[in-house]
Amino acid sequence: MISHPGLVLIAAAALLALARGAPRAAIALAAPLIALALAWQAGEGVHWRTQFLGMEVAPFAVDRLSRLFAVIFSLMALGGALFALNQERRAELPAAFLYAGAAIGAVLAGDLVTLFVFWELMAVGSTLVLWSAATPRAYAASMRYLMVHLFGGMLLFVGVAGQVLETGDTTFTRMTLEGTSQALILAAFLVNAAAWPISAWLPDAYPEASWSGMVFLSAFTTKTAVYVLLRGFPGAELLVYVGLAMAFYGIVYALLENDMRRILAYSIVNQVGFMVTGIGIGTEMALNGAASHAFTHILYKALLLMSAGSVLLVTGRRKCTELGGLYRSMPFTAGCGIIGALAISSFPLTSGFVSKSMISQAAADGHLFAVWMALAAASAGVFLHAGIKFPWFVFFQKDSGLRPGEPPWNMRLAMALFSALCIGLGIFYEPLYRLLPYAVEYVPYTGWHVVAQLQLLLFSGLAFFVMLGWLRRTLTVTLDFDWLYRVLFPRAIGLAGGALERAGERSSALAGQAWRRLEAAGRRLLGPQGAFARTWPTGSMALGMLLMLLAFLLSYYLA
Amino acid sequence: MWKAFIAVLALSVLAQLFVESRPYFGVERLFAWNALYGFLACAALILLARAIGLLLKRRDDYYRD
Repeated sequence: MISHPGLVLIAAAALLALARGAPRAAIALAAPLIALALAWQAGEGVHWRTQFLGMEVAPFAVDRLSRLFAVIFSLMALGGALFALNQERRAELPAAFLYAGAAIGAVLAGDLVTLFVFWELMAVGSTLVLWSAATPRAYAASMRYLMVHLFGGMLLFVGVAGQVLETGDTTFTRMTLEGTSQALILAAFLVNAAAWPISAWLPDAYPEASWSGMVFLSAFTTKTAVYVLLRGFPGAELLVYVGLAMAFYGIVYALLENDMRRILAYSIVNQVGFMVTGIGIGTEMALNGAASHAFTHILYKALLLMSAGSVLLVTGRRKCTELGGLYRSMPFTAGCGIIGALAISSFPLTSGFVSKSMISQAAADGHLFAVWMALAAASAGVFLHAGIKFPWFVFFQKDSGLRPGEPPWNMRLAMALFSALCIGLGIFYEPLYRLLPYAVEYVPYTGWHVVAQLQLLLFSGLAFFVMLGWLRRTLTVTLDFDWLYRVLFPRAIGLAGGALERAGERSSALAGQAWRRLEAAGRRLLGPQGAFARTWPTGSMALGMLLMLLAFLLSYYLA
Repeated sequence: MWKAFIAVLALSVLAQLFVESRPYFGVERLFAWNALYGFLACAALILLARAIGLLLKRRDDYYRD
């Protein structure tokens, strides 16, 4: 019997690839439940320890932080599997389970070598999830996605190799940014966290997945990165600035976006920005805030993407300009979407409120006034770009004339489950607080805090409706960092290639000319009509001989 | 709809009078600070997005894939 929750999901992935019908559904739901139970009751400490290539590895190590992430990843796999039961592309669910299992493996890795192995396996699993969308756009996006992640994996490999060489220790624990190896490890973590400016891979690739694929993709890669940053680099000041840049980047790009799932993709970067900022602040309150925000974020972001995925499945449309007014025929999906939107905005009585507040509180406790102001502005911006914008343009706005029905029962059940969790954790937050890495003494619900948050959010709502004319959706995309590798690099390579080709043509023309001249000269001398090939008369031969003998005689007498 | 929304906005501001004040920084002592800041921050973000949009927006078939 396997006791490692990640390996349970990976084994289930293999079974899912073979099974059909009811047994397949049973495996899809039972495996995450088993993983959830195993993660929940896993005792703290190193469970497996072995040698690999002469290095000490600990592939199964549990503490409060890794257990928190293993629990939420298992829960996510359960909700995602329930939602995806009616997905017709049979490759997607096994790929998603491989991906989820690898993510759990990464958070339960006690050493850097195991972490690297699961890190790469995650890239493979997520790419397979993208492939199972089976569209040319998804394939192209998946190749760009894979390149970015293989690059990140390479950084991690070099960093880990350096770290192991320098210290002789493979243990994955807190690191300081003192050398190149640690900097490379941090860079690799930030690639997966979609840190700005290496953030474009996320909104480029994830929205090309199928209606259920993106639900899985939203959860694991970026949150595993949050976990490794929490463990490896808590309190690294750089992360405060990186995190705030991500938070504002996500808002601005989401405001400009027309594709409903790309809006939510940018908002993943925004939300991870809050977590990264918390990790940079680095106090126990801030780290608890970052960890709990990762937990609640996985749930409400999955809920938002389930709602968007349902709309995509029943309408086949993804652009805000082609959607609107769907609340009439999809009230349940709209309601769940709104609950997710309220939770991401940290409305009181939702899960986002009890988690994000801790990060702001940590900034206030540390007297980081500028950080605290920036976090408040970004919180207002979350309501703007995700909290209102997504439900407004998809479910209200105008009547698009579409009257699709609600999605199938399993999708509705998955949305109901996650909606209940988003509200439940907002009210009964103690169980979540008890799971956090450090003891919590924070009380989220004080009159002052609730009123302050409501004012902040409601007046950002006012700004949305007052300035709605400037937010009208257009059929546009906004250029991002990926423009460099989608347009500039290919163009530069094209230009360089063209120049090389022209230079080649010129030089071969010159060489050809020189060769032709040489050949003509050779022909003149040696050709059929050339000087040496002519038949000379005997008389001129005798004359030649006479002249040579004369010259000999002359030289004899002169000498 | 607008009337109801404005009523809720007004309520959220007035509610401040009935809760115990626990500001962390000086700015929070201003009455309705969070309301003002929320509105202004969002207005600024929308303007910033517009400015960036003018520079970086392209037709959505730009990448042709």
